[in-house]
Amino acid sequence: MTDVLPEMPMFPMARATGCPFDPSPELSRRLGQAPVSRVRLWDGSTPWLVTRYADVRALLADPRVSVDVAQPGFPHTNAVSKARDAHMKTLMQMDAPEHIAQRRILTSDFMIRRMEALRPRIQRIVDDLIDEMLAGPNPVDLVEAFALPVPSLVICELLGAPYTARDLFQRVSRTLVMDEPDPEQAMAASEELNAYLEELVDKKNAEPGDDVFSRLAVEQYRTGAMTRREIATAGQLLLVAGHDTTATMIALGTTALLAHPDQLSAVRDGGDPALVANAAEELLRYLSITHTEARRVAREDLEIGGRLIRRGDGIIVVKSIANRDPSAFPDPDTLDVHRRARHHVAFGFGAHQCLGQSLARVELQVVYGTLYRRIPTLALAVPLEQLTFKENAVFYGVRELPVTW
Amino acid sequence: MRITVDQDACIGSGQCVLSSPEVFDQRDADGVVVLLQDSPEPGLREDVHEAARICPALAITLTPP
Ligand code: HEM
Ligand code: SF4
Repeated sequence: MTDVLPEMPMFPMARATGCPFDPSPELSRRLGQAPVSRVRLWDGSTPWLVTRYADVRALLADPRVSVDVAQPGFPHTNAVSKARDAHMKTLMQMDAPEHIAQRRILTSDFMIRRMEALRPRIQRIVDDLIDEMLAGPNPVDLVEAFALPVPSLVICELLGAPYTARDLFQRVSRTLVMDEPDPEQAMAASEELNAYLEELVDKKNAEPGDDVFSRLAVEQYRTGAMTRREIATAGQLLLVAGHDTTATMIALGTTALLAHPDQLSAVRDGGDPALVANAAEELLRYLSITHTEARRVAREDLEIGGRLIRRGDGIIVVKSIANRDPSAFPDPDTLDVHRRARHHVAFGFGAHQCLGQSLARVELQVVYGTLYRRIPTLALAVPLEQLTFKENAVFYGVRELPVTW
Repeated sequence: MRITVDQDACIGSGQCVLSSPEVFDQRDADGVVVLLQDSPEPGLREDVHEAARICPALAITLTPP
């Protein structure tokens, strides 16, 4: 009986070798056999794991479920996230009603209408980077040459940070999301970024431009509604959340399409923006890059999937498995850019659903709609089996993506 | 079909606008949902159903007329 599930396995669980796009088989088996069950974490704690699509949505929208990282039962991802949570509170760590008030300060800057207005600018950034790549060495690492610079340029411009700060942003966000993070190093990096961003608030206050930081400086700092520190913290969240996520989707999405040539040619040769948009949703679903999943703690006793979760228990809400639940996505392990996938939970669900999703959508649509069309011969420069993946990082991605054309 | 939205619960995700821009919009000041029409013609209903299903804040309610 190889199918018997161990009583309380360690989380996260390893993926199968040779299947870089699929979640861990052991995790997948829970969906059918133990959809709500306990696991053990790095620090010995034993939170619940919730895997079904319907349960995941129900829990993430349930007001009895909290993101309060100070609760002893809160399931921390690793020592770094635990240390960081203890010293920095962003809207990701706030419950209602504080959360919605804070979130509404930022929502207008990331609204669809605003992000659509940015589309021509993002198209320009993407085209320029492709021009540079085509003029440079071949083969090249697509992660460094393209996947990272796209969101860096975009988020710097949107926030109003000079692009020269990009090295600092990349270094800090890498320290915070890397494979084997070191808590002290991460804290120092986070402090360095905060100091930089506090200074930026002063600069924008003195000389406002047309960007998010200027608006926060004028509307929030000048009026005394937010301190410099609070604005810097919000800025750090936007930089870290808006940077590696999109970069990871660009590089891993390209890897997945290169490994599924029929899907790639549908995206490349269709000439249909609606299909490209659909492909972006399907890749978000299929890849579910935030594989450390959504972490929560129960504020009250609650029942989910026939199990009783006690007040104070930690909960890991496994979006990657929910996104492979056949009850919501028929034939879920197939990458199918034509399927309707927009009800995926790759951006989360409930009050904390991704604030930057409209930006991410425009970036991914421009990238997927442009890169393969402009470089139709794009191919891996090494066999797929030689690529290595960020198994333990906050976002699951490909480390380097050597491509040729 | 009649649509109601709960503006207090809305988190400004924009998902409804993406599904059905003829029916939903977002306020400039804070991204909160605004209803452009509350009893859409039959041709728009499928999109409205999708919006209600996808809304992360469960802020869209559909009732028979
Ligand atoms: C493809 C890219 C992206 C993915 C897959 C992604 C995924 C997610 C997920 C799953 C959450 C919810 C976390 C939870 O429930 O605990 C989230 C929240 C968030 N994301 Fe994204 N994200 C992406 C891009 C972005 C971008 C471009 C930005 C901003 C500029 C951004 C900013 C945020 C913020 C601020 C939150 C916290 C929202 C809150 O707590 O209310 N994200 N994201
Ligand atoms: S989908 Fe829901 S939360 Fe998002 S903007 Fe519309 S009403 Fe608000």
